[in-house]
Amino acid sequence: MATTITMPQLGETVTEGTVAQWLKKPGDSIEKYESFVEVSTDKVNAEVPSPVSGILREIICKEGETVATGAPIAIIDEVGAATPPPEPVAPSSYGAPGTSVAHAEPARRNGSAASPVPNGKSLNSSETLRRVSPAVRRLAREHDIDISAVDGTGQNGRVTANDVLAAVSAGSSAATAATIVHGPVTTTSVTTTPATAGTAGTAAKPAAAGAISADAPRSTYAAPLPGTLVPLSPARKIIAQRMVESLATAPHAWTMVEVDVTNLWAWRAKAKDRFAQDKGYALTLLPFFIHAVVAALKKQPLLNSRYTPEGIFVEKNYNIGIAIGMESNLVVPVIRDADSLSISGIAVAAGKLIEKARTGKLGADDLGGGTFTVNNTGANGSVLSKPIINGGQAAIVTMEAVVKRAVVLNDAIAIRSMMNVCLSLDHRVIDGTASNAFLGDLKKRLEAMGPSGEL
Amino acid sequence: MALASTETTVMNNVEAVRTTLYEALKADERTLIMGEDVGARGNVFLITKGFIEEFGPERIIDTPLAEASIVGIAVGMAMEGLRPIAEIQFADFIYPAFNQIVGEAAKTRYRSNGDYTCPLVIRTPYGGGVRGALSHSVSIEALFYHVPGLKIVAPSYPADMKGLLNAAIDDPDPVLFLEHKKTYRLVKGEVPNGHYTIPIGKADIKHAGDKLTVVSYGLYVHQAVEAAKRLASEGTSVEVIDLRSIRPMDRTTILASVRKTRRLLIIHEDNKFGGIGAEISAMVVEEAFFDLDAPIRRLCGPDVPAMGYAAPLEEEFMISTDRMADAMRDLAAF
Repeated sequence: MATTITMPQLGETVTEGTVAQWLKKPGDSIEKYESFVEVSTDKVNAEVPSPVSGILREIICKEGETVATGAPIAIIDEVGAATPPPEPVAPSSYGAPGTSVAHAEPARRNGSAASPVPNGKSLNSSETLRRVSPAVRRLAREHDIDISAVDGTGQNGRVTANDVLAAVSAGSSAATAATIVHGPVTTTSVTTTPATAGTAGTAAKPAAAGAISADAPRSTYAAPLPGTLVPLSPARKIIAQRMVESLATAPHAWTMVEVDVTNLWAWRAKAKDRFAQDKGYALTLLPFFIHAVVAALKKQPLLNSRYTPEGIFVEKNYNIGIAIGMESNLVVPVIRDADSLSISGIAVAAGKLIEKARTGKLGADDLGGGTFTVNNTGANGSVLSKPIINGGQAAIVTMEAVVKRAVVLNDAIAIRSMMNVCLSLDHRVIDGTASNAFLGDLKKRLEAMGPSGEL
Repeated sequence: MALASTETTVMNNVEAVRTTLYEALKADERTLIMGEDVGARGNVFLITKGFIEEFGPERIIDTPLAEASIVGIAVGMAMEGLRPIAEIQFADFIYPAFNQIVGEAAKTRYRSNGDYTCPLVIRTPYGGGVRGALSHSVSIEALFYHVPGLKIVAPSYPADMKGLLNAAIDDPDPVLFLEHKKTYRLVKGEVPNGHYTIPIGKADIKHAGDKLTVVSYGLYVHQAVEAAKRLASEGTSVEVIDLRSIRPMDRTTILASVRKTRRLLIIHEDNKFGGIGAEISAMVVEEAFFDLDAPIRRLCGPDVPAMGYAAPLEEEFMISTDRMADAMRDLAAF
């Protein structure tokens, strides 16, 4: 590791120094804090201690030469080259004046002709571009300025906010051909009148000066429309994030079957009062449906799985999530090991979860570990929906509203209670064959349910 | 500023505080001063010299060396209708009174649901640079500014000193009034005659500029203005904001300036970690992120337990005007 030694600032008003005498010659070893060069300024003469231990590799500034403070005067090869490179020197501006140290790759310090990175423009440009301040980013966006086309006057050629505004004034932006006029900027600085399109900050009159054509046609509706901003609750943020994640990672395919639930409906109507009396929970269509879903999942285990980069993980458990919508929230509590429960058992388990959800008492144990999700969209009257898969599962199925429809039965028109069942599936995991087999099986099971069945 | 008179008198900060206290004692019989050596000695900086002779020992009370009692008794007096001005001889001695200030005075209004208020002023000289070493140099503002219910002011110009001390005395709630002792006789300025107040919570721009905002308070405001003048001669326009009030803090003035300059340097003598600058910095990032063109920088005292007595140690602790100017140049060039 080579350390470039620069001319120290020997006093707060001193700007240059003269190498009076080298106390070491190239090849000599130097201890940290050992004096190795004598420097004189118009105020003081001082011996300069080495900031590192090592071998003096090269003298850049000869005796008698005067250079600006900060200019390189020598290179020391640090001892223990196998040690990891030192941390970059923290850019503390507040330290007392003293020896400044700049680390650099040896290759760039070849001979005394090599100059260090000056205050100028030679910092890696991609680095500069990545390091854009919030103000610059905002101004560039507002004025449609290509930052890479702007000359930076900041440290290491950094593009400053004033540079962007100067570019706006000069009309030098490379990206202004399109003359996009933005709407009024609502975050405009308090010192500016927020009326001028595309202007911001304290720049005098950037918009008039050319980069953005001031007389370009503007929409009559450019002004922000009135409205209310509802803050995101933590739950809403999580829901939003998971929905985007699921839709972005799992290619959703969608399919639907119509199910004749006339007999099932009759069964439920017959049993529900007694059930409510005995068990204390309402007997809805949901437990019947879940019971049939679990049986169908057992025939098509791929539906009860999840995609991982290593492979498709087929779940051993049948933990069925039930989506419960509330006023401003959505929760999916889980009925664990639903394959071990009867219809009646599922009804009680679901009833408990729904009660907990409505009273805000769901715990982490109620919510985690689902392997498949059922969404009772029909409860709100929907007859067709396209659900988003609960992240980490392979599919989600809905039960739509039961409606009486005229259908053809045995070549005659009959009035039947019909329910649509919709399925969204992760096409990475499941293809049409499996999903259709699942839906077909589910349909058959639901249609086979009737008043003679056992709860 | 509600001025009673357009006539002014040039005075230093000691005279400004002394005049204000004298006028307050004259104007309102409920006003009294209590603290160590405020009576016979006339305060260690001679701020209350002669007061005990004129107002008597019932209103100028020499207390034992017991800060918890000074503030505790003053809290009771304030709650029962008097207007005590308690003095902690040096801010370094305030710690025994912490419970009375934070646990009692600051919570009186809230605890009593507004039935009681605590119109108490606690004056104390703070700050270093006077070879005061461990027990006469400390800055205490960060220890107290976390506390809702407590106002903290730290003016450093004589006219601000008088206007804010009057506001503190008039205030129905407790005010911690910090006087930088190095400015006592160092700083002179014109002070309006008669009674006037400067609102607590209002900062003041002491040097206008548009390239860089500097926020400071106390002694360092004077140095920052000096440094800003130097930079002006170099062509760099620096705006120096004197906070004057630390809590409540004048967010409006700070944000307006930062939105204009896009660069912020905070300078204070108190150490950096968890200091006033941390709060200002967080506030600016929260409110004006998209206006910032450079990282917010803080130039503050070092994290050492106390100011050393030895000259090099004190000089290292105290920030020189040169260092302020360098930091301003550096941030302006970013």
